[in-house]
Amino acid sequence: MAVTSAADRVLDYDEAVAKFDPVMGLEVHVELHTATKMFCGCPTTFGAEPNSQVCPVCLGLPGALPVVNEKAVESAVRIGLALNCEIAEWCRFARKNYFYPDMPKNFQTSQYDEPIAFNGYLDVEVEDGSGGTEIFRVEIERAHMEEDTGKSLHVGGSTGRIHGAEYSLVDYNRAGIPLIEIVTKPIVGAGERAPEVAKAYVSALRDLLRALDVSDVKMEQGSMRCDANVSLRVRAGDDPRGDAQLAVPFGTRTETKNVNSLRSVERAVRYEMSRQAAILDEGGTILQETRHWHEDTGMTTSGRVKSDADDYRYFPEPDLVPVAPTRETVDELRGTLPEPPGLRRKRLQSEWGFSDLEMRDVVNARAVELIEETVAAGAGAAAAKKWWLGEPSRRANAEGQDLVSYAAGLGFAPAHVAELDRLVTSGRLNDSMARQVLDGVLAGEGTPTEVADARGLELVQDDSALEAAVDRVIDANPDIAEKIRGGKVQAAGALIGQVMKEMKGQADAGKVRALILARLS
Amino acid sequence: MSSLSREDVAHLAGLARIDLSDAELDKMVGELAVILESVAKVQQAPIADVAPMSHPMPLTNVTRPDVVRPGLTPDEALSGAPEQELGRFAVPRILDED
Ligand SMILES: [Zn+2]
Repeated sequence: MAVTSAADRVLDYDEAVAKFDPVMGLEVHVELHTATKMFCGCPTTFGAEPNSQVCPVCLGLPGALPVVNEKAVESAVRIGLALNCEIAEWCRFARKNYFYPDMPKNFQTSQYDEPIAFNGYLDVEVEDGSGGTEIFRVEIERAHMEEDTGKSLHVGGSTGRIHGAEYSLVDYNRAGIPLIEIVTKPIVGAGERAPEVAKAYVSALRDLLRALDVSDVKMEQGSMRCDANVSLRVRAGDDPRGDAQLAVPFGTRTETKNVNSLRSVERAVRYEMSRQAAILDEGGTILQETRHWHEDTGMTTSGRVKSDADDYRYFPEPDLVPVAPTRETVDELRGTLPEPPGLRRKRLQSEWGFSDLEMRDVVNARAVELIEETVAAGAGAAAAKKWWLGEPSRRANAEGQDLVSYAAGLGFAPAHVAELDRLVTSGRLNDSMARQVLDGVLAGEGTPTEVADARGLELVQDDSALEAAVDRVIDANPDIAEKIRGGKVQAAGALIGQVMKEMKGQADAGKVRALILARLS
Repeated sequence: MSSLSREDVAHLAGLARIDLSDAELDKMVGELAVILESVAKVQQAPIADVAPMSHPMPLTNVTRPDVVRPGLTPDEALSGAPEQELGRFAVPRILDED
């Protein structure tokens, strides 16, 4: 039970990392967004009426038999492949026995020593300390299939009605939803950057799972959850990746549960490092235990003392036959993998000609997809970045929303930005007029052209250069001019092209056509 | 296989949420020793060439398509519950939980 106690002593972070070297292990649970549960046909809709998505299988009623969801196995294999894992040729489910009311069967169907995917890695990007970025490789121990548990609502003792004691109310809608648990190998060598690495890893994993389209990955709704194992060992040598440091045995670890946002992952690791450092610095010992993260106070508190793995008395699940993905199936699924998010960003950065710093701003603003769509709609990359990271970003920030949801909420689309950019490049608007138009679009007054029309925004244009060019081209092509005079209006196309060339593209083709026809009518 | 100690039995009883008195523990240690001894006879079977088996049928990849099937209504689901409240199963609180 979590005990609220006086705050633990913590060592200043800089002092902590000067004296100790952190080792982390991250366990991420991700709920798949399959239509049905792992072992039964119940739906998985979030937020449904309590106990409305249950059946004899997920309620653990006697005699009910589970059958594996084919799509969940495929998703597990795809996740494994995307994490550069080997895929088991043959593996079994196992029963993890425990007595909590959140699993009515008194066991959770999981995998034990035969995970479906193992031995992989995920490269994540972290700051290199001098303004650039570098790749930090996080090695993956395993990814295995299991099922989620029910949701408990705890009712306090004073109002308790079951024999006057505290009690819990359980909703089994979530029990049995397919879950993939992804476990890293011990992450060593991160040194003082450990909290940043932890956050970068969970962030990269979230992007990857989103790109795979296997999960909603909404940490705030619990469809992606992280447990952070942290231990400290004494510092040896200056290099956290040096031989001297790697030779030092690991310290005792704690497992911090309930870490449900990217920012919390970073804060929880940092807090736990400072807390353990204070204990070790005084010559104390770390208790191997589960700790609970509290978002509000930014602290962890002691949970239960960790039980040994064999306390769960795992054994092969007799009601489910082994899963043995054929190599053909694995290859087929490999063919469905999307471009890895990291590589995709590199490719887009080079296509757009952005510097590392510019690209980081774009990524941090969650504007990658928006810019990509804006460019596809005809805008230049630099202009797309300028518009998205300007006013819309500022307003999204002020509203505490991310840019994507903010824009979606307003109905403000990449096509609008591309249109705005066209109004500028065609010479109708200058920059300050375009900003006014953007204001109008964000205020819901219509498309950029509608706003510009309604507000009467248009540069007074000096057409003398264009008229001179039209005259020159007509004089140079008397034959074509004659045809047009004779009524062959479609011949104007050849002249329009030449005028546009003379104007280096800085003219409106419609206007050029009108001028030519006026001269030759 | 070695026989169970008193601590082993107490540990297993704890995991299975069975409350045993000291006298019952003593009795169980003796009784379980006899059972284990009998069961240990299977270890004399000549199994050097036999692969471990968890499933009697040589089947793999028995799956179902990801298609929703009707389950129980909340009323049906809760019909066998000794206690219920707010459409949920009411259960004694487990001390370890947060
Ligand atoms: Zn079900």
